[in-house]
Amino acid sequence: MTEVPIPARLPLEPARIPLTITSDRSWTRLRFREVWEYRELLGFLALRDIKVRYKQTVFGIAWALIQPFFTMLVFSLFFGRLAKMPSDGVPYPIFCYAAMVPWSFFAGAVSHAADSLVGSANLISKVYFPRIIMPMAVMLSGLVDFLVAFALVIGMMAYYHMIPTLQIIWLPAFLLLALVTALGVGLWLAALNVQFRDVRYTLPFLVQFWLFVTPVAYPSSLLPEPWRTLYGINPMAGVVEGFRWALLGTAAPGPIIAVSAVFALVFLVTGLFYFQRMESIFADII
Amino acid sequence: MGSLAISVENLGKKYRLGGLSSGYSTIRETLTDAFLSPLRRLRALGRGQGAIEAADTFWALRNVSFDVNHGEVVGIIGRNGAGKTTLLKVLSRVTTPTEGWAKLFGRVGSLLEVGVGFHQELTGRENVYLSGAIMGMKKREIDRKFDEILAFSGVEDFIDTPVKRYSSGMYTRLAFSVAAHMEPEILIVDEVLAVGDMAFQEKCLGKMSDVAKAGRTVLFVSHNMSAISQLCPTSILLEEGRIKYRGPSPETIGRYINLMQNTKFSQFDRRQDRRGNGVLRVKRLYLEDESGRELDVVPCGGKVRLVLEYAGADPQKTLSEVAVHILVANGATRLFSLLSDVSGGLFQNLPPTGRFVCNLDRLPLMPGNYDLHFLVFAGRQLADKIFFAWPLVVGDGDFFGTGRLSNNRDIHGSLLVPHAWTLDADRRGQEDGGEDYR
Repeated sequence: MTEVPIPARLPLEPARIPLTITSDRSWTRLRFREVWEYRELLGFLALRDIKVRYKQTVFGIAWALIQPFFTMLVFSLFFGRLAKMPSDGVPYPIFCYAAMVPWSFFAGAVSHAADSLVGSANLISKVYFPRIIMPMAVMLSGLVDFLVAFALVIGMMAYYHMIPTLQIIWLPAFLLLALVTALGVGLWLAALNVQFRDVRYTLPFLVQFWLFVTPVAYPSSLLPEPWRTLYGINPMAGVVEGFRWALLGTAAPGPIIAVSAVFALVFLVTGLFYFQRMESIFADII
Repeated sequence: MGSLAISVENLGKKYRLGGLSSGYSTIRETLTDAFLSPLRRLRALGRGQGAIEAADTFWALRNVSFDVNHGEVVGIIGRNGAGKTTLLKVLSRVTTPTEGWAKLFGRVGSLLEVGVGFHQELTGRENVYLSGAIMGMKKREIDRKFDEILAFSGVEDFIDTPVKRYSSGMYTRLAFSVAAHMEPEILIVDEVLAVGDMAFQEKCLGKMSDVAKAGRTVLFVSHNMSAISQLCPTSILLEEGRIKYRGPSPETIGRYINLMQNTKFSQFDRRQDRRGNGVLRVKRLYLEDESGRELDVVPCGGKVRLVLEYAGADPQKTLSEVAVHILVANGATRLFSLLSDVSGGLFQNLPPTGRFVCNLDRLPLMPGNYDLHFLVFAGRQLADKIFFAWPLVVGDGDFFGTGRLSNNRDIHGSLLVPHAWTLDADRRGQEDGGEDYR
């Protein structure tokens, strides 16, 4: 037999609280501490997604930029030029692209999150880790695409001679809002997808529909109050209006942000609970 | 040590028989099901229970209770479907139990499959970290053990190559090396040692016994009885989801073999995977010695008779041109065949009931477990066929008449061949030497 050095006897602490396995599937048992313990796995999985995503593509990570950029070009032509869509006093292309960047992050993160569990079925049926790590890792890797696409916003601002104001310090808050929304929706879809593969077929439709009800191609100022504030029920409306305000200095979005924040949290909290509720049977039905 | 490491109380796990129960459904059933199942599933969604309750269910585990102390190495054996893997899955938290509970005192590492989390596109190095993290290792821990893992795997030169370029052997070696360097206090291992080439398998077994000696608690599932008896002083026998026996490994293995034997003819009639037109059916299959005594364990190298008792479907009809094929296999590997039409001829004018007997002078199998498949042809048509009809258990014996036998089937193979060795002086060398003097 080959000699393999093995450390001496491990220190055992019999007094420690044991890990208990039961059939308990209560709604209220969220295990944030456990997720924290697995934070390194979260990092490794995000890193894996980033490394693998653009393998064997010609354009590589540039795809993160190409997609929103060309969508913006098409929108600029049809909505900006032909339909003469109002754009809150800034040039239409940057008006559209500043919204397209957070939108692309959201759309990508939600789509990938929905597939994150089903795509790792083997992992889930063979080893334990808090399953929420999978959709969370997707969020992190999506942020890298976001940063690449965001670089072009800065380029476009320079092109249009727009100087960022102090409002830009709010940008991370709006990004966080997008992240919370994407995670909330992603958790719902990921858990549903395990049991109902219908999600896979609904997803492209859902994302497309959501794009049209989000003020990416048009300003939310088209709507009169109080409808404009209620628009915040779609948290992405608050996100894109917030991005425009923080970057381009359009009119302050006002109460729509508050409504968006509340509904983003509603998505997240309900998503967490549903995910948690379903987590214990993922391995049995995936 | 004496302190408790694992405590399992009344553990049960219910699964649903996913559509297996109704093999042949009518079109009407299929159609109604197509309309009703979305509704049923929507209702299930509300309960958060999935469609699990609705369909037929069975208990993969029931009323399982046992304790394991720190430092104990316990084997878990049982037939396929006895609940071994389910038990490990529950204990490693992959799936939750339906009832009962288990308490684990200490850091748990589970190894249900080798190479979990490996990604084809990533390099060996990246995979070591990813797979390690998935199995619950910290980055610091992996950093510290990286060189050791690398040395154990023997793929040093390719560590920065994507694993999709690896041979399957390299892949498993690296994957197992990561797993082998987990340092949990409680290790839960499914049959994963059967990977890689023989030398590597031996290395893995060695690693396992080192782990056991280091005072860790190990639960080890295997079909390899020699590995179980080598590694585990005590074992648990599972049968139909319940604990049938727990005790010293030799006893448990004995009971396991008995269990396999007792059910050996069971239910040829009830086998769903039986094929053939049925003009003739095999009723029983067994081995007997020269005096006609039925054997539970067949001695290695023994003189035995393999018997198939048959009955024709129609007593009025006399069957002719009958051939019997018996395949001796070790899981998926077929070792040899006994073909009546090749070694003898076709059987003619069969009595309505009777026995086909195959005489073997020296059973050429190493001690261990094997599987028998049989096929019977009548008039060039397949009459009866059952694969995995009987688990053949070969015990110790004296094949060579020397009183010696390798007992390492993993390394020396399963088949024994009569042969003889001699030692000859090197005559050619002498002649050559002679030429030098010419």
